[in-house]
Amino acid sequence: MVSSHLKRRLKYLRLALVEHYRIINANPLSRFGFWVIVVFTLVALFAPLIAPYDPWEMVYDSEGNFAALQPPSWEFPMGTTHLGYDLFSQLVLATRTTLLIGATSGLISIIIGANIGLIAGYYGGKLDEVLMRLTDILYGMPFLPFIIVLIALFGRKLEFVILAIVLIIWRTSARVIRAQTISIKQRQFIAMAKARGASDFRIIYKHILPNVLPLLLLYAAFNIAWSIITEASASFLGFGDGETISWGGMLYELWLSGKTRVAWWWFASPSVCIILLVTSLVFVSRAYEEVANPRLRKR
Amino acid sequence: MAILELERLSRHFEVRPGFVDRVVRRKPSSYIKAVEALNLTVGHNEILGIAGESGCGKSTTCTMVAGLLAPTGGDIRYKGDSVLDLKGAGLMEYRRRVQMIFQDPYESLNPRFRISEIVAEGPTALSLWDGDEIDERVNAMLNAVGLPHHKYADRYPHELSGGERQRVGIASALVMEPEMVIADEPLSMLDVSIRAGILDLFKDMQSQRHFSAIYVSHDLSILGNVADRLMVMYLGQAMEIGPALEVIRNPKHPYTRALIGAVPVPDPRTRRAIPNIRGDISKPIDPPPGCRFAPRCPHADASCGERFMELDTADPHLHQAACHKLDVINDG
Ligand SMILES: Nc1ncnc2c1ncn2[C@@H]1O[C@H](COP(=O)(O)OP(=O)(O)OP(=O)(O)O)[C@@H](O)[C@H]1O
Ligand SMILES: [Mg+2]
Repeated sequence: MVSSHLKRRLKYLRLALVEHYRIINANPLSRFGFWVIVVFTLVALFAPLIAPYDPWEMVYDSEGNFAALQPPSWEFPMGTTHLGYDLFSQLVLATRTTLLIGATSGLISIIIGANIGLIAGYYGGKLDEVLMRLTDILYGMPFLPFIIVLIALFGRKLEFVILAIVLIIWRTSARVIRAQTISIKQRQFIAMAKARGASDFRIIYKHILPNVLPLLLLYAAFNIAWSIITEASASFLGFGDGETISWGGMLYELWLSGKTRVAWWWFASPSVCIILLVTSLVFVSRAYEEVANPRLRKR
Repeated sequence: MAILELERLSRHFEVRPGFVDRVVRRKPSSYIKAVEALNLTVGHNEILGIAGESGCGKSTTCTMVAGLLAPTGGDIRYKGDSVLDLKGAGLMEYRRRVQMIFQDPYESLNPRFRISEIVAEGPTALSLWDGDEIDERVNAMLNAVGLPHHKYADRYPHELSGGERQRVGIASALVMEPEMVIADEPLSMLDVSIRAGILDLFKDMQSQRHFSAIYVSHDLSILGNVADRLMVMYLGQAMEIGPALEVIRNPKHPYTRALIGAVPVPDPRTRRAIPNIRGDISKPIDPPPGCRFAPRCPHADASCGERFMELDTADPHLHQAACHKLDVINDG
């Protein structure tokens, strides 16, 4: 027989997922955003299967002509570059890189930011002082010089791009989560949890964390969006990973080719992808903004 | 032997002056003496009532006993042993055995926990039983407080009324099988029409489970109903203690007399003479050493402001008042 306790936990998990789906589905923009993210994720996962060509393979049209700088057509739906690379294939593989960087640095930064915010806010005192001075120092750190130095020291590597992005963006989420933690820890249900015997660890992660969760998801979405934009800017300036291609990297190649005025299609697809994904993330995060206070929720 | 003893228990809150006053004018901190040299003994299976106006230190006393606030002086002894230095397993055992019911059922339930999770919190946090047994006990506890578990277990607090929430608060304390329950004004935030139901629930639970209790209220008619013994506090000091009905029917201390005079009495023939209280209730900020009621007391003289009488609360049958002027008052 399945334990009744386990059944209850599974039921609550199912209800929680239904609840999240309901939040996202409640609003047409966030529903749209959600499906855009799903589609991009599928493209990223199955990129090698979807892309018809290698991103750095010179392509020829059906009549056997070298297909350089072709506008979109049935054969090359997003056109080609001046070196005859298929832009659709590039875009599909770039989706994988961009999402990987966005998701990893977005998630790492929210995990670091949330933990620092929760711990500083909950314990207060000296620990809070030290952690907050640390974030202040990072606030004084400009992104571009920082990533340029990092890349000059270690080379153009995906890991360093992620590291640089994480170091820059965790601080905002840490501050916001800390402020929210300070206000929640003074509420009486925290005193009640303590009276019932809950440890500090349990209070932080079982009582405070679920109460900052809507805010956390909001900032997770922001952080991912921010990472994608930041990666695109860095790549456009030539500080991306040299081995793989990303959306920002495609724009950088366009800039280098000197064909910016001619090849509108080369410019269009990566830009549209960046804008579409970033706004989708913002739409989904908006849905969570509305549930940040459960008492405002009507059912 | 008594289950709980408070010995000269004190709690002072430091109030630091502003930066300029502190650094430039070298003004020292002042202290709110929320609880001062409080002696109290609670016996097994006894309900001790604490009465007093807002700000007299009732909640401060409760949170110290529940282990949520460290005292600045004195001692708390549970079954003879001091609990102030408890750590680890000892602290966990104390937390389990001494449970608190909170005043505000709207603020004291975690809005993101389901009712079953709120009631299961204590047993889960302290790993008292395995998951299935915790669930079983939680369901039984919910039924016992009048919330059928199949109807309430999966709900959120915001789907419940104030009275139902307070039942959840009581269930979440009692599921731990406490030996001592501290109820800090559990009715004051509730609608008058449902207070009687919750009070009856508390009394039923106490008579079935035989826990000792501290029951705080500023409503003397409730305390006369629920408490065996009654302590009256004023600005952090104990004014009077004794068997509950005796204190209410036959108050000795000028403050208790004033307080009881202020309670509306339904039968006009039993109306008592009301001594006027002079002055205003304030915060006990850097109070003088004597009786804090002295500035408002119609019987006070200079000596009252200099010395205070501590009560000896060990004998549960003794009815005492912390007043040097009792003879004068009773004669006059
Ligand atoms: N954390 C604190 N910092 C400073 N002063 C405090 C603090 N907690 C309580 N006090 C003060 O201590 C005194 C006693 O407060 P307490 O909450 O114990 O009163 P109470 O008897 O429970 O009143 P009520 O009936 O309003 O609940 C009050 O003057 C209050 O302002
Ligand atoms: Mg109070």
